Amino acid sequence: MRGLFLAVPVLLLLLSLALPLRGRPGLRVATSTSLYDTGLLDHLAGRYRGKRPAFLSLGTGQALLSAKRGEADLLLVHAPSLEREFMQEGYGRRRVVVAYNFFVLVGPPGDPAGIENLPPVEALGRIARAGREGRARWVSRGDLSGTHLKENLLWREAGFDREELRKEGWYLEAGAGMGQTLLLASERRAYTLSDLGTFLRYKKKGLVQLEPVVERGKELLNVYSAIVVNPERVRGVNLEGAVDFLTFLLSEEGQGLIGEFGAGEYGSPLFFPVAGLENSDPELAGWLLEVWGGG
Amino acid sequence: MLDIVLRSLWVSGTATALATAWGLPLALLLGLREFRGRRVVLNLFHTLLGLPTVTLGLLLYLLLSSRGPLGPLHLLYTPAAMMLGQALLVTPILVSLLADALRAVDPALRDLARTLGASERQASLAALGEARRGAALAVVASFNRAVSELGVAMMLGGNIHGYTRVMTTAIALETARGEILLSLQLAAVLLLIVFTLSLVAGRLGGR
Repeated sequence: MRGLFLAVPVLLLLLSLALPLRGRPGLRVATSTSLYDTGLLDHLAGRYRGKRPAFLSLGTGQALLSAKRGEADLLLVHAPSLEREFMQEGYGRRRVVVAYNFFVLVGPPGDPAGIENLPPVEALGRIARAGREGRARWVSRGDLSGTHLKENLLWREAGFDREELRKEGWYLEAGAGMGQTLLLASERRAYTLSDLGTFLRYKKKGLVQLEPVVERGKELLNVYSAIVVNPERVRGVNLEGAVDFLTFLLSEEGQGLIGEFGAGEYGSPLFFPVAGLENSDPELAGWLLEVWGGG
Repeated sequence: MLDIVLRSLWVSGTATALATAWGLPLALLLGLREFRGRRVVLNLFHTLLGLPTVTLGLLLYLLLSSRGPLGPLHLLYTPAAMMLGQALLVTPILVSLLADALRAVDPALRDLARTLGASERQASLAALGEARRGAALAVVASFNRAVSELGVAMMLGGNIHGYTRVMTTAIALETARGEILLSLQLAAVLLLIVFTLSLVAGRLGGR
């Protein structure tokens, strides 16, 4: 009786210890939440012929840190300034653009700050003025994600300092993922910066009462990079697996899958492939390189 | 969805079994023996009942991370890490409830067993049998806490599709994705499991 009491847990313990050896995924991809939570990566992995990668949806800042700690082989991220730092420190072996889309400034119906179709930086200036007059609010991601860094950059270009903004009553900080931030913005009738994919999903499902107000412009370009982690700097990196999956992402098939994802459901694709862009739209390709290189 | 539910049961079930494996001897000791410091240890376990999952998650994350002392085991972002974390999380519940249940057993029963020629071990087992309702409750409460917690599962498991995704992490993800219906379904299954087990535990040995 007592023997049985002990034997069962001990057996289970042994089994569970053997488990990581058996079930360990071949490739670890740490990623921005916007790529994973939209479902794009599962869509891609479904067509990938290699062993299914394990996706860690951490957000760009966290993803880069986790790679430094040796917890990822490949990164899919969107914060050029952080990425270049990562490369300069020698943690990355190769960094390439895999896709892009546009951030979108969204706001409550009626557009209380009157910013529709203004250039993004000018629009933020007006939101701040309207905010101080009590006519508008802003919700910041506040979580050091790629989107949050973009938001801070835009505010800086508009002449505002984040630390100063945080003290003002109309500037709310969500400290949450994109979806939560959109819900908060919708609840509080506020403006916010969103990646296109998450916004379209939430809009389509009727979860948020927000309208896109500013959608294009070089400043809103959102560039996704893949970085192969450098095995000479970080121990235990699966270089072969990372290169193989990256090759798939850049292949005609991979780029095609990126370009078609979401088109049926949302009326427009959520991400755009980069293959052939320099021929089809040289101006955009130029912007893209500028954002990607300059951060 | 089924595979997520099964993985939840498997991870949290193993965690509860682990906690029982090391918690049972401790509870027998604390519940049936008298020794100096017994109250202090029992109080310690009572205090640990409120251990926040994210705190434990963070501590274990630092331990298991590749740069941490246990990094070479490569346990981070595996089901084994989740099991370990949840087992530690529920140990205070298991030990506290089980020890309290054993304390409540009339000491005369063990004396009687011993006078009838039972060894110390047999007498302990008799007490455990008498406290079986409390023991079942301790195990079920531990399992329910393990299967419902999010902090450890997310921080140590990483919510990897087909590998470490369990009910709670899936609910968090699907809510973030705006798939509210799927989240609600998962939440309903989770509730059903937790309530059913509590009900069964209540019936077990209930007279």
